[in-house]
Amino acid sequence: MPVFCSSCENKRAVLKRPKTAHSLCKECFFWAFEEEVHHTIITARLFNRGETVGIGASGGKDSTVLAHVMKVLNERFDYGLKLLLLSVDEGITGYRDDSLETVKRNQQQYDLPLKIVSYEELYGWTMDAIVKQVGLKNNCTFCGVFRRQALDRGAMMLKVDKICTGHNADDIAETVLMNVLRGDIARLRRCTAISTASEGEGVIPRCKPLKYAYEKEIVLYAYFKKLDYFSTECIYSPNAYRGHARAFLKDLEAVRPSSIMDVIHSGENLSVREGVRMPVQGTCSRCGYISSQALCKACVLLEGLNRGLPRLGIGKHHRLHGKILAQQPLTEREERKLRAVDF
Amino acid sequence: MAAPIALHLEFGGGAELLFDGVKDHHVTLPSQSEPWDMKQLLVWIQRNMLKERPELFVQGDTVRPGILVLINDADWELMVSGVSWSTSFRTKIMWSSSLLCMGVNRRPHKKTECGH
Repeated sequence: MPVFCSSCENKRAVLKRPKTAHSLCKECFFWAFEEEVHHTIITARLFNRGETVGIGASGGKDSTVLAHVMKVLNERFDYGLKLLLLSVDEGITGYRDDSLETVKRNQQQYDLPLKIVSYEELYGWTMDAIVKQVGLKNNCTFCGVFRRQALDRGAMMLKVDKICTGHNADDIAETVLMNVLRGDIARLRRCTAISTASEGEGVIPRCKPLKYAYEKEIVLYAYFKKLDYFSTECIYSPNAYRGHARAFLKDLEAVRPSSIMDVIHSGENLSVREGVRMPVQGTCSRCGYISSQALCKACVLLEGLNRGLPRLGIGKHHRLHGKILAQQPLTEREERKLRAVDF
Repeated sequence: MAAPIALHLEFGGGAELLFDGVKDHHVTLPSQSEPWDMKQLLVWIQRNMLKERPELFVQGDTVRPGILVLINDADWELMVSGVSWSTSFRTKIMWSSSLLCMGVNRRPHKKTECGH
């Protein structure tokens, strides 16, 4: 017995929406999904007419759906935005090279300009080379920190006003959980924000139009629309902590689908007691990027790679920033601590 | 007696890595006295097809949360649980994993931090 669409009541339903428990047919689902993203964009006033918006595009399902929906909504509601695709080539053979091919096809399919910035040109290191030096344990730290800056630098080259990324509701709920579990109050406070204000020179405001879109709906939207996306896992992805948070959330979602929205809601409404010390945002004295320390994380990580001391940026070594800035050598004891690579 | 059923199973989004990296499978379920249902199909897949780490695919007597199942292009969550079907050969079942760190990568000999 086919289930009929609870909206139009005359077509076969193709999915049960986790957010509303409605059964919808393809057409009604596309419409509901797009309208909700539009609602998010309008309510949070994410964009202004005439802006150039860079869509962070990895070739994966989230950013492919984001690019598609942004293009559709920009035309349907006449946002007056100039859209372009912005990709980062981390230099991961067998993964990013393949997914970038997808982005290049998306560029044709959506008729949007594309800019690719690579770790190699920005930092002189590919992820393949970094993994060779640091091993598989902390490589995600390097990749994450470098990617954030790379996207900003690419956006600046293109004179983009805003960047939007494909983070979905599941991603944000995971991040809330992880920050609670790690006691990272500063990030817990920031992580549910739908957009970041311009935090200073060289940092372009970012926003997440898919913040309230469930991953299940994104996967099904891409599937039913037959969007061209890349679905292989990163070959270096041992991001165990996030993996546990994700598996836990998926278990909760199976029992109660609203769990994901509920966790986001909790994160949004947390208030931090006055008197809790927060890091003060400043700028990196080497590259000028935002940083709460004398040197930003990317510069410390890079210094560690270049000195052959990959652990320099893993953990807290703020005391050493002065020495690094003055290009002084470290003592043998300091070096020993930073050299060890454990597998 | 239910007749044998020919099915087209499709795995994607990473789930195929548990099946030797093969996305498309054409299988025939043997005839049995009761009609086949999803629960039985899962057991059959686990016994006859799953190559590694069944805990990443099944949990209890259902699929692991985070794996989406489509039956003939419709979300299986639309169906009442335990529903049996008299399938025609066109039945296509698609499984798509949306779990990121499944602990599966292209080099299964290398242990990830998840310990999988």
